Amino acid sequence: MSGGVPDPEAAAPEPGSGVPDPTSPLTATGNLRRRAGVSRAFEVVAIVAALVAVGVFCLVIFAVAQRGLSAISFHFLTSDPNLVDIGSGGIAPAIVGSVIIVAIATAIAMPLGVLIAVFLVEYAGPRSGRVIRMALDLMNGLPTVVVAFMVYGLIVLGTHEETGYAASVALAVIMLPLIARSSHQVLLLVPGSLREAADALGVSRWRTVVGVILPSALGGIVTATILAAARAAGESAPLIILDSLVIGEVVHVNPLHGLATMPLTVFTYLDTGTPAAVSQAWGTALVLMAMILASNVGARVFLARNRSRLGL
Amino acid sequence: MAVTVRPGGGARARKPARRASGAGDRVLYVVCAFAALVAVVVIVEVIYQVISGASPSINRFGLGFVFHTAWKPNLFIFGAGEMLEATLVTSFMALVLATPLGIAIGLFLAMLAPPRVRAVIGPLVEMLAAIPSVVLGLWGVIVLAPFVAQDVEPFLHGAFGFIPLFGPPQTTGLSVFTAGLVLTIMVVPIIASLSRDLFLSVPRDLQDGAAALGATRWEIIRGVVLPTTSSGVIAAALLGLGRALGEAVAVALVIGGGSTIHRSIFGPGTTGAARIIEEIESLDNNLHLASLFYLALILLVLGVLTNLLAQAIARRVGGEQAMLVR
Repeated sequence: MSGGVPDPEAAAPEPGSGVPDPTSPLTATGNLRRRAGVSRAFEVVAIVAALVAVGVFCLVIFAVAQRGLSAISFHFLTSDPNLVDIGSGGIAPAIVGSVIIVAIATAIAMPLGVLIAVFLVEYAGPRSGRVIRMALDLMNGLPTVVVAFMVYGLIVLGTHEETGYAASVALAVIMLPLIARSSHQVLLLVPGSLREAADALGVSRWRTVVGVILPSALGGIVTATILAAARAAGESAPLIILDSLVIGEVVHVNPLHGLATMPLTVFTYLDTGTPAAVSQAWGTALVLMAMILASNVGARVFLARNRSRLGL
Repeated sequence: MAVTVRPGGGARARKPARRASGAGDRVLYVVCAFAALVAVVVIVEVIYQVISGASPSINRFGLGFVFHTAWKPNLFIFGAGEMLEATLVTSFMALVLATPLGIAIGLFLAMLAPPRVRAVIGPLVEMLAAIPSVVLGLWGVIVLAPFVAQDVEPFLHGAFGFIPLFGPPQTTGLSVFTAGLVLTIMVVPIIASLSRDLFLSVPRDLQDGAAALGATRWEIIRGVVLPTTSSGVIAAALLGLGRALGEAVAVALVIGGGSTIHRSIFGPGTTGAARIIEEIESLDNNLHLASLFYLALILLVLGVLTNLLAQAIARRVGGEQAMLVR
């Protein structure tokens, strides 16, 4: 250990001399063992934390599936609610209303969001870019009740009428930052070589954007839009504040009047509180969850396939 | 607002040559600038509408509204004190529970999980955030609340009953405590996915260097990963807090809707956002509506403050990239 000629005494060092015993088994002792133990404990904590989150997710899904399935039938999905005998009714107006309201919100938010992303990538200077990104971040952080009150002051207070399109505007404000920020990220990922190739061919800027950059980013933009729409479909606070017709008796399609929606139906039936109504609430919740989770999974699969095709 | 294009500087070097080419370019620029302007206008409009809607209540009660605890719509008496207390208590509880849990999940996904496990658990945790709040509220009322009332609250009361916070449980389980749990479920996926992205951004070289010096996994995380990402993690927790402060429907369903301040978190209560949901369809008078607007204004201020603080902290380390909206 100390160099020089090996001392015959040191061949068998006594314990505690600081010289490792070459014959001892290779297991950690003392401080090293404690450190390994701490590390191990941390790993267990992290795994348990992940299992807790997954467990809660499964518990919620299981509860909704178990209680919702007994309420769901073809009749439940396709017929109107029965306000007298709640248990025998369906939720067709709510499904149609939700689809219409979210579709209008998407029609507003998607073009605006993509254009904002194009502006950020193509035109914004450092200062205007910072202002717009900050506006998007603030918008994303706004409580949904605050967004709903903005639309309430803007539209509902003027007409004294709670309507489906007011709810659509609020949902569009909720979707806009999600779509704009994700599209911005996707546009930044478009390879510079594509743009340079277009430049070299003398293609004008707008044709480069419309013909080259947006198409190659389309997969990411569509994914972002689907995720944002799924998020909007589950929002209930703006609907409660802005959309009055809580449980439509028949299918309505005119967004200038109140529209029944699935989140509102769950809320109202739960509020009603009778066993039949609560069962309907679980059924509606299952349909809503299934649609939202399906679009989430679909968007992820679509993105993964798109990404591998682009070779990103 | 500066939307003018400045020539020169970084990525904009080739702009002058391009600007010469035709009407199409000008149209695209105008349309995009308009869309960007809309984003800014929406924020201004939100602030304007909420303040103008709240103005009757602001004029009548002033700042005292924030502290007064009486809420009697039929007597024209409004004060947000109780609701703000419940809002802060539930959000703080969610923050305290969700931050360590979210960070642990983030560490698991970024550092421990094998790729195939990560590919399954990561999306599952993110989908926890996709559960609509009204569905979570439904589950909270019918599944979680009875469990909390029968098992969790009696246990905590038995163990920590000497602290007034953990008073005797109610029979329904609809309480501030249950609302805090539901908010925790909503906040965990936000903190987990943001912090996972942060942890993944820590340079591999630094971690390998620590490992080569003999650091255990935990020592790598404590010595390298957490210090380099701490600002971002704090920002992620703040974003989660912002979400909890503004959540309305799930809380309105499970918090029980009482209107007296309880010492105990096992009693019912109402948060600001929940009160709006409970009363917007049954307004007594114009001052009532204005006071709900005032509540929304307070939520707006709290939401903007947490957001700006998160942005400032995240920017301090240049971790803005990792704070992406998802």
